[in-house]
Amino acid sequence: MNRYPLWKNLIIAISLFLGLLYTLPNFFGESPAIQISPLRATTTSVNPELIKKVEDSLRKSNIATNGTIVEGSSIKVRFAETDIQIKAKDLLQAELGNDYIVALNLIPNSPDWLSSIGALPMYLGLDLRGGVHFMLQVDMVGALTKALDRYSADIRSSLREQKVSFSGIERERGQLTIKFRDEPSRTKGESELKRIYPDLELRTINMDRNFLLIATIKPDAHVRMQTAALQQNITTLRNRVNELGVAEPIIQQAGVDRVIVQLPGVQDTAKAKDILGRTATLEVRLVDDESDIDAALRGQIPVGTELFTERGGNPLLVKKQVLLTGDRITDAQPGFDNDSQPAVHVSLDSNGARIFKDLTRNNVGKRMAILLVEKNISEVITAPVIREEIGGGRVQISGRMSTIEARDVSLLLRAGALAAPMEIIEERTVGPSLGAENIARGFNSTLFGFLAVAIFIVIYYRAFGTISVIALCSNLLLLIGLLSILQATLTLPGMAAIALTVGMAIDANVLINERIRDELRGGASPHMAINAGYERAFGTILDSNITTLIAGLALFSFGSGPIKGFAVVLCLGILTSIFSAVLVSRSLVNFLYGNQRKLDNISIGTVWRPVTTKRSGKNVKAKQNELTNPSKDN
Amino acid sequence: MEFFRFERDIPFMSWGRFTTTFSLLTFILSIFFLFYKGLNLGVDFTGGTVLEVNYAQPADLNKIRTTFTSIGISDASVQNFGSSRDVMIRLPIKGDSSAAKLSEIVIDALKKADDTVEMRRVEFVGPQVGEELLENGALALLFVSLGIVAYLAMRFEWKFGVAGIIANLHDVIIILGFFAFFQWEFSLTVLAAVLAILGYSVNESVVIFDRIRENFRKMRRADVNKVIDNAITRTMSRTIITHGSTQIVVLAMLFFGGETLFYFALALTIGILFGIYSSVLVASPILLLLGVKREDLVKPEVKTQEEAAP
Repeated sequence: MNRYPLWKNLIIAISLFLGLLYTLPNFFGESPAIQISPLRATTTSVNPELIKKVEDSLRKSNIATNGTIVEGSSIKVRFAETDIQIKAKDLLQAELGNDYIVALNLIPNSPDWLSSIGALPMYLGLDLRGGVHFMLQVDMVGALTKALDRYSADIRSSLREQKVSFSGIERERGQLTIKFRDEPSRTKGESELKRIYPDLELRTINMDRNFLLIATIKPDAHVRMQTAALQQNITTLRNRVNELGVAEPIIQQAGVDRVIVQLPGVQDTAKAKDILGRTATLEVRLVDDESDIDAALRGQIPVGTELFTERGGNPLLVKKQVLLTGDRITDAQPGFDNDSQPAVHVSLDSNGARIFKDLTRNNVGKRMAILLVEKNISEVITAPVIREEIGGGRVQISGRMSTIEARDVSLLLRAGALAAPMEIIEERTVGPSLGAENIARGFNSTLFGFLAVAIFIVIYYRAFGTISVIALCSNLLLLIGLLSILQATLTLPGMAAIALTVGMAIDANVLINERIRDELRGGASPHMAINAGYERAFGTILDSNITTLIAGLALFSFGSGPIKGFAVVLCLGILTSIFSAVLVSRSLVNFLYGNQRKLDNISIGTVWRPVTTKRSGKNVKAKQNELTNPSKDN
Repeated sequence: MEFFRFERDIPFMSWGRFTTTFSLLTFILSIFFLFYKGLNLGVDFTGGTVLEVNYAQPADLNKIRTTFTSIGISDASVQNFGSSRDVMIRLPIKGDSSAAKLSEIVIDALKKADDTVEMRRVEFVGPQVGEELLENGALALLFVSLGIVAYLAMRFEWKFGVAGIIANLHDVIIILGFFAFFQWEFSLTVLAAVLAILGYSVNESVVIFDRIRENFRKMRRADVNKVIDNAITRTMSRTIITHGSTQIVVLAMLFFGGETLFYFALALTIGILFGIYSSVLVASPILLLLGVKREDLVKPEVKTQEEAAP
């Protein structure tokens, strides 16, 4: 009766083993490291020279490392202490220059074989490791206004091109009002605009002898615009965050118009805010190939030009006059040109197209430079030769580009500027010392709580108490293992949930043990009592845990940030506690008592029997009859 | 060891009048304080900025206040917490959007006044976020309540669902009443504790309800009062031990968990204590009041089958 079949014992053993295996990395801790990765996958990749360069410069400055690891496209160097790590970061940043991101990071100390099976320590949230959390709201009204302004300029030039006479365009809140002098020109204008701008909804209204055409952006186009704006903002943010040197930044969409940015380890919030909030623009200028570049390199820069270094290394002189700015670019996509060479296809709005057409017609054979201006620093992304006049607003940039480079350039062209203004609506910064303290607090709460509960339960329930405590241990093991496997973010409330799980998980074992005592009190034989105790307690355990699970799920779906962390641990803790309290403890009990055919006594503490007065004596007797025959109840 | 030696069932139900009065009284008092004093909502819900800074030596609060006045912030609340070297600064939300920059200005000013200051924590919550968090919290509360009623109604019967949720909302109101009365800060973590308690203390009602159902089957001749008394008495031992264990852990959190977990643990403590009380002395009387009957749980067919069995 009290024996488990082999498969059940095997399942328990295997899950405990896996739990232990995946919990292990948490014991080794993490050591400070520096992560070096190329700023763009294009310019440089990780190669032996880079590793050598890093190692040499560290050696020259007498900075001791604990090994170098190459992982994907980045190099990680491990250090013994945080002080050395920071010193090394400053050094490497100066040595390697702007082409690389040199970021502070933590890497697990666990042996390689553990890392290779994907066993990693739990992922700590910002309140435990220190860092900044921002929530940014994209100003969609601003994006709409910007789009309408662009449409208004485009419509103006389209109507002129089609020779439709109109008296003015005005933007009012979410719509454009185009005024015509007479009915025929409005009809013509309407049909032209309908053809050119399928995303616009057009309505006609007559007002004080004015023939009006009201243009609004169609709902589906509006949604598309919002998604595009948000995506573009996220891309821009990602590019900018790279500059901050953060090892594992999280930039993700939250809701329709929000972006969450998490920067672990960043302390300088002022710099972070500055970088996130700044605007970047693109400029198209002409390259001055006539002047003497060597003279310029020696310091004699001709009047009206500036000296730049093109990405990839060649110096060039660029004229100061800006011919076209980035807000004329509507889209940029990587692709291939007619010779199957990687290229970037850029679309311009109609005004931009006109400017570009003039620009290219007048400068065939010359080079133009596309510059990215961020925070008053200009960089030449690319400087292609103009082969012919380019009209129609579709521009193809090609030559000396790899596919990755094409992708990067198109991304930069698209992401150079924010599509819509953003505002920080939530900030949470935790200093590193507070983070470490929070870990200690969470750990201590769990440890002392666990010890106190364990001591009490062992004294109260003896052998069964000890088994309950072992089950509780295995519960913790499974929970932490599971959290490590899932790489769910562990927050301080999450650690509180681990502690709470300890307190609540013992409930199942108390239920079982009390039931067994109850059965014994009722006069059942020990074997019978164990079996009935587990069987009958199970329904109750399930019921009581499901209600907590409901609360946990609600917290998960409505909570945010740290509360979500609490909810995840609470829900997982409930699942592991059912498993360990019911299956693990039962298998231990079976192991202890299952093989004893004749069992007179089990160690479950005092089973107190009421002194049999006449009335209660009857009760006990009545209960006995029913309890020894449990099948009758069902 | 055995703490609980009940010779016979404790007549809990006969105390119904007294306990109902007590519950009603605490309940009304809680509601009164909730309306009269209101909850001291934390920055999560109201929006605003909270800074936690640490000084190398005991902080001079007056000097910090003067610093604030000098940069034109007049409505900052500056107080110690934890130790005399730790200072918490609260700044209410301002109408303009530059609020996100406020923390930088403040830290710069503090650094100028005393360069040993170390920034420990900054929290800025915009007003729109605060409102949303409050809304989501209320939604979560509603969702949990409905979920629990539905589950209990399905697992037992609607009367049990209603009794269970009334007993537990009674706990929630009392926790909120405590927070209103003492003006403890009600933050997002406290809300999590309240919801966790809602799920957790229903456990207690479930265990007792389980026994009541079992007793309806077994004690066929006993009246409803006796059935309930017996169910409570026999689960008493488990109730106290389980809640005691949970409370031990919560106490560990209260003492070792630091500032963030303190109010969380406090809310749990109140919730656990009133959870025991309400499951025993609120849920069951309501069950009686709703007129729970043997037939609600024990189906007649089962009965005939049992009688047919030898």
